Amino acid sequence: MKRVPLYSIAHARSGDKGDGSNVGIMAYDQRGYEILVEWLTADRVKAHFDEIVQGDVKRYELPNLLALNFILHDSLGGSGSASLKNDAQGKTHGMGLLRMLVEVPDDYTPPRVGTQGTVPAAGELGNDGERR
Amino acid sequence: MPDGRSLRIANGQGFWGDSVDAPVRLVEEGPLDVLTLDYLAEVTMSILQKQRRRDPTRGYATDFVDLVERILPAIRAKGVRVVANAGGVNPEACEKRLLEVAREHGARGLRIGTVTGDDILDRLDELIDSGVTFENMDDGRPLAEIRDRVLSANVYINSFPVAEALARGANIVVSGRSTDPGLVLSPLIAEFGWKADQWDLLAAGTVAGHVVECGAQCTGGNFSRWWEVEGWDHLGYPVLEVRPDGTFDVSKHSGTGGLVSVDSVTEQLLYEMGDPRQYITPDCVVDFTSIRLEQAGENRVRVHGIRGREATGTYKVSISYLEGYRAVGHLTVAGPDALAKAEVCAEALWGRLRRAGCEFDQTLTEFVGVDSCHGSITPPPIPVNEVVLRVGVKDRSRVKVDRFGKEIAPLVTSGPPGVTGFAGGRPKATEVLGYWPALIPKDRVDPKVVVEEVR
Repeated sequence: MKRVPLYSIAHARSGDKGDGSNVGIMAYDQRGYEILVEWLTADRVKAHFDEIVQGDVKRYELPNLLALNFILHDSLGGSGSASLKNDAQGKTHGMGLLRMLVEVPDDYTPPRVGTQGTVPAAGELGNDGERR
Repeated sequence: MPDGRSLRIANGQGFWGDSVDAPVRLVEEGPLDVLTLDYLAEVTMSILQKQRRRDPTRGYATDFVDLVERILPAIRAKGVRVVANAGGVNPEACEKRLLEVAREHGARGLRIGTVTGDDILDRLDELIDSGVTFENMDDGRPLAEIRDRVLSANVYINSFPVAEALARGANIVVSGRSTDPGLVLSPLIAEFGWKADQWDLLAAGTVAGHVVECGAQCTGGNFSRWWEVEGWDHLGYPVLEVRPDGTFDVSKHSGTGGLVSVDSVTEQLLYEMGDPRQYITPDCVVDFTSIRLEQAGENRVRVHGIRGREATGTYKVSISYLEGYRAVGHLTVAGPDALAKAEVCAEALWGRLRRAGCEFDQTLTEFVGVDSCHGSITPPPIPVNEVVLRVGVKDRSRVKVDRFGKEIAPLVTSGPPGVTGFAGGRPKATEVLGYWPALIPKDRVDPKVVVEEVR
């Protein structure tokens, strides 16, 4: 197994949803989707977001779109219009989740990967997930 | 219809404040049958309600009238129909202004349709007396908790009233709180004669509307693989080609920037998604796990396979109320030691306010450039060259919130060195609007359709 940034094997979209936000995570092929179904659990996502998510995380599966949908309850400090936060609508939560490091089999390479240094390869990452 | 079988629908406005030129370009830069424009969000309704209380001729999206003036000759020449929820809380006033503008431009024979009946603010007590509880959908609280602070109450009505206006020959239809995807579904119902119990077709039209309701968010905007997007300065807005069987293509006018791919469309399908098997609209319940996508050409994605189920017996009501007041202020702190000095500024600010006797219902301290968006997900880079200190408060008392606004500028001269960025003046208290979602039985709502011809 190797650890890679989620950004190198999936893409994302997020926005506000009631008292919180939703994050859609999409794999690039069937195998990538199966890896994410196994690894990217609601518990791991909640742990990753730490104090940003005050409530529960719920996960839904969309196999037809190779996608997982996460609802992050109580993640905006009040609903979108009432929140004081800079990111009052969770617009950046998708990018935040793509920074997570995920474990994938050594032989897995997605059909489309990051280019131009936008998404660093696994070897360029430290333990904290930051680019070196 | 371009080939006698499909209807071309484009959305030129994802929210009030979206590009003012995008709808004009959609009309002028390629073939089109219907232009839709989404102007409303929950917050917008309460702002419009306040405008109407001050002035009975306001309370609608005035940007829409400006837009109609710009595109009137082109939509007349090309036969493009326009559907917009620009009516806000005062569709009649919007219609009146549109008729005046159309007359000034000599647009004789132009028909303007108006859909009303979604605004139930004035009927609220009558409805409560007759047994509608309006309890909060999210947490079950009774409306009585906020009844005296309610600012707006609008029903998300279904797509058939707008379809009726189109079927009666309206060239422009203005509605109040119709749903965003309904702007696209309505012309499909009018064009293809889809019936109120054809759930798969209604679901297909709803998904088509969902894909384009945020404008460029399906054509390269907000796309994860942003480095693959070209032509940001002339990004194309989405154009749908929907067939009578409910299958449709997503594309954009040729020669425009951006991209339409399975990836870009899939991202937008997931936007603001809850339970994908239960996407509830006033028209039907959509199962998003039924959707199939294929790349059908360059910048063209085919969508099919969509399944829907019977609509529920209730409409959703969007109620807004006054929750209190808020203010947010900023200071820029330059390095060296930018973050440490910003932290000292924040401590000084909150300490001075405490000494002045100000405690607030809610306070927030953020360090923009460090962790305001992603918190502890990533450790801050050390050292940061500069940081924006962002502080905010929320409270029932407007006086206290205004007092907070006066405590920020002094930090430029009475804090650590290298503090700047206070050109905007003191932040003023603004109203915080609470959002209260509720349900109402469908038979308690009676939408009205009026179509007027310009003479």
